[in-house]
Amino acid sequence: MVAKGRTDIGPPHYEEMLPQIIKDNYGKWKYFERIKPGVLKHVSETGDELYTVRAGSPRLLSITSLREFADIADKYCNGHLRFTSRHNVEFLVDDPEKVEPLIAELEERGWPVGGTGNCLNNIIHTQGWIHCHSAATDASGPVKAVMDELFDYFKTDDLPAKLKISMACCLNMCGAVHCSDIAFVGIHRTIPKIDDEGVAKNCEIPNVIAACPTGAIRPNPKAKSVSVNEEKCMYCGNCYTVCPSMKIIDPENDGLAIFVGGKVSNARSGPSFSRLAIPWVPNNPPRWDELVSAIKNLVEIWVKNAKKGERYGEWIERIGWEKFFEIAELPFTDKHIDDFIFSVPTFRTTTNFKYTK
Amino acid sequence: MSDKKRPLLDELKKGPWPSFVKEMEKQAGNKMTEEAIDLLERSYEDKMCHWKHGGIVGVRGYGGGVIGRYCDIPEEFPNVQEFHTMRVNQPSGWFYTSDALRNLADIWEKHGSGLTNMHGATGDAVLLGTTTDHLQPCFDELAENGWDLGGSGSDLRTPSCCVGPARCNNACFDTLHLCHNLTNEYQDELHRPMWPYKFKIKISGCANDCVSSIARADLSIIGTWRDSIRIDAEAVKEYAASGMDIQGLVVDKCPTKACAFDKEKAEFTVDDENCVRCMHCINKMPKALRIGKDCGATILIGGKATIVQSAFLSWVIVPFMKLNKEDGYAELKDLLERIWEWWDENAKVRERIGELIYRKGMRTFLKEVGLEPKAQMVHHPRANPYFFWWPDELVQKEEGDEK
Repeated sequence: MVAKGRTDIGPPHYEEMLPQIIKDNYGKWKYFERIKPGVLKHVSETGDELYTVRAGSPRLLSITSLREFADIADKYCNGHLRFTSRHNVEFLVDDPEKVEPLIAELEERGWPVGGTGNCLNNIIHTQGWIHCHSAATDASGPVKAVMDELFDYFKTDDLPAKLKISMACCLNMCGAVHCSDIAFVGIHRTIPKIDDEGVAKNCEIPNVIAACPTGAIRPNPKAKSVSVNEEKCMYCGNCYTVCPSMKIIDPENDGLAIFVGGKVSNARSGPSFSRLAIPWVPNNPPRWDELVSAIKNLVEIWVKNAKKGERYGEWIERIGWEKFFEIAELPFTDKHIDDFIFSVPTFRTTTNFKYTK
Repeated sequence: MSDKKRPLLDELKKGPWPSFVKEMEKQAGNKMTEEAIDLLERSYEDKMCHWKHGGIVGVRGYGGGVIGRYCDIPEEFPNVQEFHTMRVNQPSGWFYTSDALRNLADIWEKHGSGLTNMHGATGDAVLLGTTTDHLQPCFDELAENGWDLGGSGSDLRTPSCCVGPARCNNACFDTLHLCHNLTNEYQDELHRPMWPYKFKIKISGCANDCVSSIARADLSIIGTWRDSIRIDAEAVKEYAASGMDIQGLVVDKCPTKACAFDKEKAEFTVDDENCVRCMHCINKMPKALRIGKDCGATILIGGKATIVQSAFLSWVIVPFMKLNKEDGYAELKDLLERIWEWWDENAKVRERIGELIYRKGMRTFLKEVGLEPKAQMVHHPRANPYFFWWPDELVQKEEGDEK
């Protein structure tokens, strides 16, 4: 028994968590194969073979489910498992005979197996209304609605390339969704409502002013508060993050913006940002129908038009953004043209473009 | 179960994808959790969250690791008046034994809502929802069982890494070891916020960057090599014999046209000097192609999401660093500490390192942290003629020495 008050011990050592087959083959993996959606086979220089079975989770997990995962890991994987950066759970199997029974049990218990290779991977996302104070929309709900609709793509791996969808419930973008094939982000569209008394009492005015990326916030000495220049405010909510008395949530006007074409991998082309496709869809719980159908359309046009091996952004780069808007049948608006600080290099400084209908 | 109806959340119990609502209901025996579901139903009715900004709560000796959370309508929802989060530092690579997972579950059953995130975006195992009274006992019990808290606020955030050599043929170095080593070396920076803002370190074993390090880490450590891609000629022939379009799917997509395929001989070659190690050919033919043997990492800086001055992707500051396990990664730590020192001294409140470099200029950053400018640091050199000179680069004239 260790004395109470022990601090700075750091996380448990990962070596204590590794199954024997991984200890035996650590750093010796030679290659891997994708056996089928959700199943990877890694082969070592020693000849050992490790099967990984990946199942999707909603990220928000009960301890009942954690215990269920533990029991499954005991039954099939000598008590070892891991999670991925995208909220999947992976079971590590050293006996090929156990793979199919494991999959059957996971599916039976409602944990879908898939998400590898050219599948749709799980949606990485934020807290939303379950725990966050600055959420412009829920996170788990829209993600559930989108994954229900795109479920078959999680289970099949014949997409043109991998498909990574991400979700953030406000512009803080916890989890950095800004480099995803498709990203949807909770946004505000109206300026913060200032509670002068609250600002005076609870907020550091210089910090509030400094938090604004467009210089829209000025001191209001009379009220010992601040004022917001409506023409400059871009509704990012950063002032609200540093000062609760700058309330920016506006249920009727908040909503979601959809970005496309980003990636983080360096394969072929370098990492790139997602770009705005749809400036706003309404925040419409419980099933976010407008969001779901917009994303479904964005996935389907890529599936239909991209060449084999083309990530979302690579497809758009090949055909050009003007053609993308035409194919997607999306209006191109003044919202799509950048007017923040690094805008000019995004303007077309060539006569080379394609005509669209 | 509460007799309150939740018609909106009930809609999210339908459909094939695992339902977070069902997850919450699995813990509904806990009155805090049950009320958290009712509060969420209210958010679905009102289309807004019902949480206030966090207050200052935590555990003894730490400034981070706990996110305070309070309901904004506590009179209606007294059991979630306090609903704080604890971030538990994950084992490197997110590996667990079933017993370790059960141990976390047992502690959280005793002290909190029984709800978790596996995992939060930064990497921690997130324990979601407890009261102020439970924070210290929960932490003590975690610590007794070998767990520690992760970072939050203006501190070093919990470092995270990809699966690395534990289960990947592309790992150019031991990502798990480095992650564990840095996390333990910098426990003080992790637990006691004393910086201008957050600082994130993410470690990927190769350029596929499976932890999105370039997009979201202030310091991105990404595995690479200096020698040649290893080619198994027989395995290439097998891919060719299987009918794979090696020319179309591999060679034609090489960003620097550094590989070639001789269809007649079924021979694949790489012009290593012109290869930029993007991983594409290796990804496509993992049985035939492998990373080089002289491995290390590229170090990049400045990645972040949009708030405040735009999103940045990390950019190269050290093209190749041989990460040396034997000396405890001394070169990396030395650089990291110089970067932190300069950032800490110069940044404004809530200014990330990337934004500070943007404000002060790369030349200042490089000089201050002792790095030489290299062509690998930029896509292209500047196009404008507005550049500075250091005093020692100019002919110095003594006063009154006009000619």
